Amino acid sequence: MNDSVNRRKFLKVIGVSAAGVAAAGAGVELISYRAYADNGSNGMGNGNGESGVSGMSAAAMANTSSSPTHQWAMVIDLRNCDGCGSCTAACQKAHYLTEDQKWIQVFDMKDTVGNEYFMPRPCMQCENPPCLHVCPVHATFRTDQGVVLVNQGRCIGCRMCMAACPYEARYFNWKSGVNYPKLSVSPTPEFPVPQRLGTVGKCTFCVGNLNSGLLSECAAGCPMGVIYNGDMVTDVAVNGMGTTVKLSKFLYDNDAITYKTDQNTHPRVWYIEGHGQDLDSDTGAAQ
Amino acid sequence: MKEGNLPMNDILEDDIKEENNVDWYEEVKEASSRSITQKPGKNWWLLLTFLSLVVLAGFGAWIYQLKHGLASAGYNDQAFWAVYIANVIAFIGVSYGGAVISAILRITGQSWRAPLTRISEGMALVTVLIGGAFIVPHLGRPDRILNILVYPNVSSPLFWDCIAISTYILATMVFFYLPLIPDMAIMNKWLGDRNTKAKKRIYSVLSLSWMGSEKQRKLLHKVLTIVSLLIIPLAVSVHSVLSWAFALTSRPGWMESVFPPYFVIAALYSGTALVIVTVAAFRKGYKLEKYITNRHFERLGYLMAALGLVYAYLTFADLASEGYTGITSGWISQTLTGSYAIPFWIYVFAGEIVPILLVAFKKTRNATGMTVAGVGVVISLWIKRIVIVLPPATQPLVSGAWGSYHFTWVSITITLAGVSAIPLMLMVLFRFIPLMSLDEMEEVGPIGSIEQISTKTLNVIRKEKTSKTLDVEMKELVMSAKDSIK
Repeated sequence: MNDSVNRRKFLKVIGVSAAGVAAAGAGVELISYRAYADNGSNGMGNGNGESGVSGMSAAAMANTSSSPTHQWAMVIDLRNCDGCGSCTAACQKAHYLTEDQKWIQVFDMKDTVGNEYFMPRPCMQCENPPCLHVCPVHATFRTDQGVVLVNQGRCIGCRMCMAACPYEARYFNWKSGVNYPKLSVSPTPEFPVPQRLGTVGKCTFCVGNLNSGLLSECAAGCPMGVIYNGDMVTDVAVNGMGTTVKLSKFLYDNDAITYKTDQNTHPRVWYIEGHGQDLDSDTGAAQ
Repeated sequence: MKEGNLPMNDILEDDIKEENNVDWYEEVKEASSRSITQKPGKNWWLLLTFLSLVVLAGFGAWIYQLKHGLASAGYNDQAFWAVYIANVIAFIGVSYGGAVISAILRITGQSWRAPLTRISEGMALVTVLIGGAFIVPHLGRPDRILNILVYPNVSSPLFWDCIAISTYILATMVFFYLPLIPDMAIMNKWLGDRNTKAKKRIYSVLSLSWMGSEKQRKLLHKVLTIVSLLIIPLAVSVHSVLSWAFALTSRPGWMESVFPPYFVIAALYSGTALVIVTVAAFRKGYKLEKYITNRHFERLGYLMAALGLVYAYLTFADLASEGYTGITSGWISQTLTGSYAIPFWIYVFAGEIVPILLVAFKKTRNATGMTVAGVGVVISLWIKRIVIVLPPATQPLVSGAWGSYHFTWVSITITLAGVSAIPLMLMVLFRFIPLMSLDEMEEVGPIGSIEQISTKTLNVIRKEKTSKTLDVEMKELVMSAKDSIK
């Protein structure tokens, strides 16, 4: 893990990175979430020419009238993470997950000089998601807001996506007999509660929360303000302590990186490193 | 086999000249139909009952697994693929061996294959069906399996798997059925009154009104050659695609360029071994020692040993580059010295060293020795598949500890059910069809079925025999056809 840190490409300018994504992501199939919602259980895009966000920088997105109003992203400021696991607990509570299902999991990591640090790992919401390519039934799809979701009503439980994901971000529903509350709503890809036995689940970015102006459960639950929900269109990111930053500047100023860049996945989750390093920042990171 | 290995050419000539062939052929018919004509003994029924009970227990365990989830089979998030996918690979693998051994021997005109083809093709058919069926317990939601056809994602290796396996199952069925056509006609005629009405009906339908005319023979021979040629690349593609379900992920230990040939050779190796075991079992059960001799086991043993050496080489090649450079995520040390060391070295010992030694020594190069070697190879190649699947699946990709898979009574019972289904289905299958391909046996004659006779010699035999007996046979067939109309 640690040597891959060295090889990570540091994100200097978002636009440059997005241009790179444009080349890599040209052939990537994007499924519009709106088309998904409109067409019911079909889950296929309506082919309205939404070539998706991969090919555009955040600034370009904002200027294009036909583009979606949000492009969700996440920033995780490792400098402040003390590994308390509140994010995991909040996520599991909101989604009624079992103890093993850590859609956001806090890993103990070692940096290059052997110091320990903590790294929360949600789903990276890759722009080039390996899980999406290998799913034999299109149960995994990507919305026009850049969120990768699972249709548990279609998943056959082959677990090929778990084999393909380089981040171990997917969790299967192995056991029956999990007690779920009686809910008046049926599970949807954006809020897959209750989980269905024999299908796969993962972090949804709490996209339902985001779209109604709320933070994701993990961001809201983090007492350290580590997790920021960001929108690449409006170029804003907010954490659970109410700190608001300009997304592109925040990433630029803090040398934000994505995890396992060599996997060609182009995550929408950026990490700001700090542990063991003297990254004194004046850009409005949580105090 | 070279022509020079023939005992003596003049014996062969004598054999053709004399009409010994006819008696011998009658004996072949009798021996081949023992499974049909003889009332099954007590042991047969006992074995059948036992195997059926194990298969039923497997179904019971599967229903339990459906109700309680895959956790009951030992699965967890760090061992998301385990025993069932290994079973799919292992069973479809041995099937491939059965079919390709038969196909290669047929195309290359190996006359000694004649008493073996039916049993190995039967084994191929049965195991591919069981291997395909193991996809069902592997899935979390088998009730939605048809989603693969309803919402196909053509970029998924599993979709390719689906296409490849179903095509291969179809091809194996055709490959099994084609040589059966003349046999059905021959059996129908030969059994005569001893046949029940229902069986007679089945035979005459399946024989497609085979008369054994020159034209029919030529056509069948042509089609068989084409199917034999087709089934080889088809089987290569099936196992390559199966390997790509692993090799097209980014997991260290699975993302190996050696995987497609690695899987293909493993299939051939284990398949040849199971051909040996199956042939030995039926030879003993129906006393076919006269037709299936030590020579057959010796040759199959050579084939198996050669494939075993190639497989050992590929195993080494798979471990070499990452092992040497040390750029590994740890799956190699887990395999060689860690949690999977015992199964891995069992494979090395019982799946490579012992069988190759058994082939190497003249003393053990016989039916018993080869059967022991075959059993060792089949079991250790299944173990090897587990060792291929588990270490890369259970490795930590981000950080933290290695995962682990533990067998439970559910996964063990379902696996044993699959194993028991092989002899069970074969025992039932051969209650209806002859144990040896009568048509091929007649074609190659008594010496050809044991030693190697060139295609040229075979043609000479065929020509003589055809001119002599065809008229008589045709007349008989027409008469029997008329009888059945009455």
